[in-house]
Parts: sequence; C-alpha cells; structure tokens
Amino acid sequence: MLLKDKMALNYKRQLGTLLGLIALIGIFWISTPYFLTVSNLLNITRQTSINAIIAIGMTFVIISGGIDLSVGSILAFAGVVTAGSLSAGVPIFFAIIIGMLLGFFCGAVNGLLIAWGHLPPFISTLGMMSIARGGALLFTGGRPISGFSQSFRVFAEGRFLSVPMPVFIMILLYILGHFILTRTKLGRYTYAMGGNEEAAVLSGIHVKLYKLFIYGISGMLSGLAAIILTARLNSAQPIAGIMYELDAIAATVIGGTSLMGGEGTLLGTLIGALIMGVLRNGLNIMGVSSFIQQTIIGAVIITAVLIDMMLKKRK
Amino acid sequence: MPGKIILEMRHICKKFPGVVALDDVDFQLYEGEVHVLLGENGAGKSTLIKIISGAYSKSSGAMILEGIPADIQSPGHALELGIGTIYQELNLVSQLTVAENIFLGREPVNKLGIIDSRQVIRNARNVLAALKVEIDPQARVVDLGIAQQQIVEILKAISMQMKILILDEPTSALTRQEIEKLFDTIRQLKEKGVGIIYISHRIEEIFEIGDRVTVLRDGRVVRTSSIDAVDSSDLIRLMVARELKEHFPKRKAMIGAEALRVEHLTRTDVLDDINFALQKGEILGITGLMGSGRTELARAIFGVDGIDSGNIYVNGKKWVIDSPRKAIEAGLGYMTEDRKLQGLILKLSVSKNISLPSLDRVSNLGIIMTDSEQQLAKRYIQELQIKTTGPDQLVQSLSGGNQQKVVIAKWLACQSDIFIFDEPTRGIDVAAKVEIYQLMNQLVARGASIIMISSELPEVIGMSDRILVMCHGRINGEFDPSNILQEELLKCGLGI
Ligand SMILES: Nc1ncnc2c1ncn2[C@@H]1O[C@H](COP(=O)(O)OP(=O)(O)OP(=O)(O)O)[C@@H](O)[C@H]1O
Ligand SMILES: [Mg+2]
Repeated sequence: MLLKDKMALNYKRQLGTLLGLIALIGIFWISTPYFLTVSNLLNITRQTSINAIIAIGMTFVIISGGIDLSVGSILAFAGVVTAGSLSAGVPIFFAIIIGMLLGFFCGAVNGLLIAWGHLPPFISTLGMMSIARGGALLFTGGRPISGFSQSFRVFAEGRFLSVPMPVFIMILLYILGHFILTRTKLGRYTYAMGGNEEAAVLSGIHVKLYKLFIYGISGMLSGLAAIILTARLNSAQPIAGIMYELDAIAATVIGGTSLMGGEGTLLGTLIGALIMGVLRNGLNIMGVSSFIQQTIIGAVIITAVLIDMMLKKRK
Repeated sequence: MPGKIILEMRHICKKFPGVVALDDVDFQLYEGEVHVLLGENGAGKSTLIKIISGAYSKSSGAMILEGIPADIQSPGHALELGIGTIYQELNLVSQLTVAENIFLGREPVNKLGIIDSRQVIRNARNVLAALKVEIDPQARVVDLGIAQQQIVEILKAISMQMKILILDEPTSALTRQEIEKLFDTIRQLKEKGVGIIYISHRIEEIFEIGDRVTVLRDGRVVRTSSIDAVDSSDLIRLMVARELKEHFPKRKAMIGAEALRVEHLTRTDVLDDINFALQKGEILGITGLMGSGRTELARAIFGVDGIDSGNIYVNGKKWVIDSPRKAIEAGLGYMTEDRKLQGLILKLSVSKNISLPSLDRVSNLGIIMTDSEQQLAKRYIQELQIKTTGPDQLVQSLSGGNQQKVVIAKWLACQSDIFIFDEPTRGIDVAAKVEIYQLMNQLVARGASIIMISSELPEVIGMSDRILVMCHGRINGEFDPSNILQEELLKCGLGI
C-alpha cells in the first residue's frame, strides 16, 4: 500500500514534468504543423542527445551533492584530441577510446581535488573548466580540425534499427544509467553521500573513491558527447561546448533533481533535456529571435523548479 | 486547576499516507500548568504538537486559542499567536553564534536598520544569566556539544515570552544539573501563567515537573489525569497496554576471550592514554560528563578521527583502523549519539538505511538484489518492532524513537561482533528501552561484545558487566556495577 503511495508520489512529480513537455509539444504543434512531423521529431531528439548524455553525468554528480561546471570544456578538449588522433591516422576505435579516457581523466582529477583536496566542487570544476578549455586551444592552436572518414561520421549520421545513432546511444545510456542509479551499490552510495555525507562515511562507504568515480564518469560522458558532436559537424572546434554545463544543469533540475543532493532520477533528467530541446527547436521553427529564446528558456527553468518546490512543500 | 483554559483541541485527526497519526484527539491546556504528553514511540505526540505549532496542518478538528477558534497556518503564525516550540530535533543555525541564534529574526536594530550586535550580545547575556547558564554568547553553535545546543534552543524559546511553550523531549541530551536548571525555569514560567506542554520518555521526570498528563496510544487519547492520581506503573500500563516485567532484564552470557583491546590511545587534547580491554559476551559501560571524551573515544576506535598514538587489537590481532570502512571490516559497528546528523540518510527509505553498511551482503557484483534487501529490512523491522508502514517509508517521516531503532537495525544487519552504542536509548520509550536491553543481552549471549556509552546512570549500572568512568579525556576509574552507587560514579566523573 505504501509502496504504491511512494511510487505515486515519485511519479507524480515526474508526471508533472512530463505533462509540461506534452503541453509544450501541443503548443508548438498548434502554432506550426510542421513541428509534429517525424523528421522534425527525429531532429529534436538528435539535437537533444548531446545535452541529454552530458546530463546523465551531471545527474549523478548533483545527486551526490556536487556540481560539475567543466563538462563543456572537457567536451571541447576530448573532441579536438579525438579529431587530432584521427587526423594522425589512429584507428577510429582507439581515437574514441583516447577521447573518452581523456574525459574520464579530467573528471577524475576533479574528483581527486574534491575528495582528497577538500575543494568545493564549484571551485574545482570551475578551474577544470578553464584548464580543459586551455588544453583544447593549445592542442589545436585555436583552429578547428575538420574532415573525417565516413566510417567515423556514422556516430552522428548512421542509424540503427532506423533510429539515428546518437539517439540510440542516448537511450542505451539512459537505460544503463537508470539501472546503475537504482539497482547498484554505486547508485545507492551516490544518493547516500548526497543525502548525508557524514552518515555515509560512518556506514563504511569509501566516499572519496566513489566521488572520484562519479566525476570521472561525468567527464567520460562529455568525451562521448564530444565524439558525437565532432562526427555530426565533421569538425572539432576548440571553442565547442561553451555553456553546455548550464544546459546540462538545467535539464537535471527541471527533471526534479535537487541541487542540495540526495534526490533525483534520470527519467526526470531525460524529460528535462527533452523540454529544453523541444523549446529550442519549436522557437526556431516559429522564427522567434534567439534573444527572446534565451529569455523564454530562462523563464521555463525557473517555473519548472518553482512548481517542483511547491509540490514538495508543506504536509 | 489554576487559571483558565488557554488552548483547546477538539476532535483532532491527522492522516499521513498509510497512517492515521492522530485519531479524534481532545486536549486542553490551562494557564500556568505543565501538561505532560506521554506515549510510546510513534504514538503521535510530536504530530500533535506540530499541529499546534503550525508545522503540520490538521486533517480535521478544531483548535481554540483563548476562547477564539484559531487556524494556525505556519510556524511563524504560531509564534505571532504566542506559541513557542522546541522540537525534538534541533533547529539552530550552526554557523551563527549563540546570541545570534537566540535572537534570530528578532534582532534589535539601530535607526539605520542595522543590527546592533552589541545589544544582541547584551540581551543574550541577560537571558543566559536568568537561567544561570554558563555558555559564551559569542561562541558559534557548531562548537557546542548537543546538550549546550539544546539549552540554547530552550533559551531561544523562553526569551520570546510566549503564552504557550511546547517542549518535545528537551531533556534527552541533558545532564542532571542542566535538567535542574531547566526545571527551575519552567517553574518560573508557570508562575507567570505560561501554559507548558511537555513531552518526555523519562517517567521519573514527569512526576517532578508535571501537573497533568495525557497518555496517547496509537494516535488516540487513552487518559487525561492529574499527576497526583496516577503512579508510574499506571502510566506505563496505559502507554503500552501490557505489563512490563523487569526494567533491566538479567542475562546469562558467558564472558569469553578478549574481543577488543585498546592500548595507550592518545589524541592530543582529547584522549589521554586510554587503556582497556573488552571481552566476548561482555557489556562495558562507559560514562562520564558531557565532553569527558566518551564520544571522542568511540570515534577514535571506529576510525572517524585520527589518533596520535596507541594500538587497537581486535580478537588478538593488531588493526590499524584509519577509517570507518576498516573498522567495519574488523567487525565493529558504531551507533552514533546523533542519529539525524550522523546516523541516517533522511531522504532514503527505512530499508535503504538499514542495508547501507551491509550492501555487500545483499548484492552481487555490485548489483543490489532488491528482494534480499527488503527481506533484510523486514526482518529487523519485525525484530525491533519499528513502527513503520513498511520498508519503503522514508526515514524522515518516522517518529524520533523509531528513527533511533533504524540506526540500531543498521548495525545489527551488518552482523558486527563488537558494538559501540553511544546513548542507545536516548529518546526511546520505556517499553522499547527494555526491548533494546533485551536485544543487547541477546547479542552478548551470541558472543558479541558491547561498549555502551551512556549518561543514564541507572542504565549503566543495570546493564553493564563493568563500568569505566571518563573525565577530561582519561579513564578515571573502573567499577563493578554490583556494588556501586550512582553518587560514586558521579563523583568519579567530576574528578573528585
Ligand atoms: N511526515 C510524515 N509522513 C508520514 N508519516 C508520519 C509523518 N510524521 C509522522 N508520521 C507517522 O505518524 C506517527 C506518529 O509519529 P510522531 O512523530 O507523532 O510520534 P511520537 O509520539 O512523537 O514518537 P517518538 O516518541 O518516537 O518521538 C508515526 O507512525 C509516524 O511514522
Ligand atoms: Mg516525537
């Protein structure tokens, strides 16, 4: 009986965000019939996939009680290094591994500084945001690296079971991420340390190690997103990914994850990312100027979180 | 009864998903009386006062304040109406000073609207002096012990000059002397006609300070009566609806080989050359005043705080315990005195809290086997009679005493064989206390050993096989509980 109540409560909140998403889609559909065509919907999910993938790592980090501002810069760094490796003739498989490992490494350095150096996550990842960006610029001398083989571009252009490759990867990662978060020790400890770090330590959890891991995963997912972006643009830019951290944070909090840590779901984050994607796409199709778009997106973030907080309030 | 009724609650009901916490409760409070609320853990005491103080809204019923129907909207509203509350959980801003906390939201300001911090400190000094409390008004709350924090909380409410003052287990963390001071203050407030609602699990205390008592059981009022008309066994019977046998059940555990030995444990300014051994099947009581180093000793053994020198042997083998992880590996379990800050993840469910230190037992290759986890939780919910709607209830919505039981369950599930219990029965009702004592007996009968840190001298004497008394970070004496008086332990704890 109670399990049902609790699930009802949990899903009611997600239902709210889901209804928001549906309402948005409805509004855009009425305004421009083109919006609800298959090709545009695929377009939206494809555009959303990069932010959605980064937001998986962000959700882990935020649930654990932290924040990661460096994801956009890590994306750029990993992107140019992968691209550079490809240009230097490194086989695709290894180039991808290099990019993702670099992402993991940058993230793990964040985790190291936070867990063992006791730096606030905001500071540590702010520093890394600058370091990784600098790394990307240094690596390329500031110029983009372009032109890749068709077999690399499959990561953006290809399809699997007629689903665009990036969307396929995204869905796979969400299923995996959801499983990890809800059913594994790593996931449980993520909630535990975000909910009460001291109690987690006293329960014998190696909080430091898990932090290193969580930030590492966040960096690695940025590296993966970099590969998709590079393949899509057929070019790796050292200035790619600027402000991506804010989009990922927005998707996470719209999805109901508390910035205080200790609670949140990946299902919510996915809906949050889709809301962001639908908004951008719909406003574009309607020809709304990008200045106004910014304002509207900001207002949506605030409204979503306000509603969420009101739902949580007084018993 | 002196004076007139200032607060009347009629037919109050409060429903939470899955529980009826209050069922048709009638309650009256007179001017100048101390009205005690009594009941088992989860009986609904805190819920009732949270409705009075505006923290919860009632599902139905009426509330009449000084003859006028009142609909209290929020804690702020209740304060405006003259109802002050001290909750079971502390609610201080830890980074602010004592004075700033006492006058939070009521800071005296100068003409420019700037806080007059000297005035704040002066006012705080007056309040502290009135209660004869020796706490530096400029100390930050983080640097105080729990007892002192509790006193600050009490001072804060008293300084607001309320018509109604509600105290939810104010004494659970206080020493005898501090309780004395609190009672003096309560008597002063009574003189002024303040109506006081008082919750405590310490029955002796109730006869000392109470005028009337209302006993709750499962959300209903069982009886309201004058204190003079009942005795403690009546009250216990009303609370638990059955006879309680012995208060400190006797056990027959075999004292066996050495389980834990601590040699020359030292931490500068905190612990000074601590030596003791603990046998299998033994309960070792450690007592002493607040701040004598008892909790610090537990934290050092459990690897929470580093030590400067000293050795720890578990089952004869030397262990370097530099983290709680290591301690758990060595077979130790540590139940902290402050459950909310150190023991529980409030946003997680009962089952997730119980399984936290022993996830390895219910997982395979890092994947949690949900069924085993639920079974583990159900087993301990049953064994400790935790009052909950099920393993998936969030810990934050359990009553205080039941939260405490979840912490105990956590370490039982972990199958440790050396337990450190720091104030294990704080905030726990009389019946549950006996259950916990019985449980400790079962544990030692199985060959486990227990270090029980406690300020409750009767409990220390009743339950321990041996008693250590700490004072200023040292072990000041060792006693045999079979022939010792409380006074001797107290003296030893004071270092005289
Ligand atoms: N926010 C909540 N959500 C759901 N159930 C709740 C909530 N608050 C209290 N309850 C339930 O209501 C019942 C009464 O709880 P309450 O806190 O009033 O007990 P209590 O008498 O104060 O016990 P204790 O002596 O342990 O503090 C309990 O079963 C508790 O689980
Ligand atoms: Mg209570």
